[in-house]
Amino acid sequence: MTAGVDLGPKAQAIGSDEDVVRVRQLVRTVAVAVKLSLVDQTKLVTAASELARNTLIYGGGGNAEVSVVDDGRRRGVRIVFADSGPGIPDLDLALTDGYTTGGGLGLGLSGARRLVDEFDIQTTVGEGTRITVTKWSR
Amino acid sequence: MERVPVLKIGDILLVSIQIDMSDQTAVTLQEDLAERIVATGAHGVIIDITALDIVDSFVGRMLSTIASISKVLDAETVVVGMRPAVAITLVELGLSLNGIRTALNVERGMELIAATREDDLGVDEAEGAESGSAATSA
Repeated sequence: MTAGVDLGPKAQAIGSDEDVVRVRQLVRTVAVAVKLSLVDQTKLVTAASELARNTLIYGGGGNAEVSVVDDGRRRGVRIVFADSGPGIPDLDLALTDGYTTGGGLGLGLSGARRLVDEFDIQTTVGEGTRITVTKWSR
Repeated sequence: MERVPVLKIGDILLVSIQIDMSDQTAVTLQEDLAERIVATGAHGVIIDITALDIVDSFVGRMLSTIASISKVLDAETVVVGMRPAVAITLVELGLSLNGIRTALNVERGMELIAATREDDLGVDEAEGAESGSAATSA
């Protein structure tokens, strides 16, 4: 472990668009600490920005938890976005490029999935959505 | 909320984004620029994104919208200084930045705007004037 860098899990509430900025900054700090390449840092922070905005706009707010993971060979950054919003009725449709209900470009969810190594989504209508993404160092 | 300054240099407006913008800051910049184009009669807008370490779908859409608005108001928009990692991520995200002209740096952006203006004005001058480069080349 590098001295001075705390690699424990960190949480950030998402309740305003300033919080989306804070999520980006938190993810960047951890991605740098884990020594992701510059391109991978950029991809992960961009994906986190899209997903944090979704949590705010569609989920009505929630939180993000950023942690360092280790599979024995390499380290990575895992982010869990959770909200207690309306959930996603048609997941396949929501993951289609260009599909949007919010007036955006419809690239948030589908684009974010392309930018990370692992992407998992759990959603229940009326209960909320939980998205977990992971980016590994190479 | 932070605000991005808009500088006027000759008949060009220069915007250098030096902060991690919240969505509201991006929308405000869009509105500020439209007003400044009309107030100053500027014919070019240069948006310098050298300091941006990500461009997500929201900022990408803002750049496209600024380009469209300025075109309607008789100004050319050039986005300069995109980092390589940002370009790679944008393409993977699926964002095409339709209608946006780009240049490597501010200097080349200014050259591009000047060349575009000359092309546009050249047609008018060739019809009316007897001297000048546009007329002699005919």
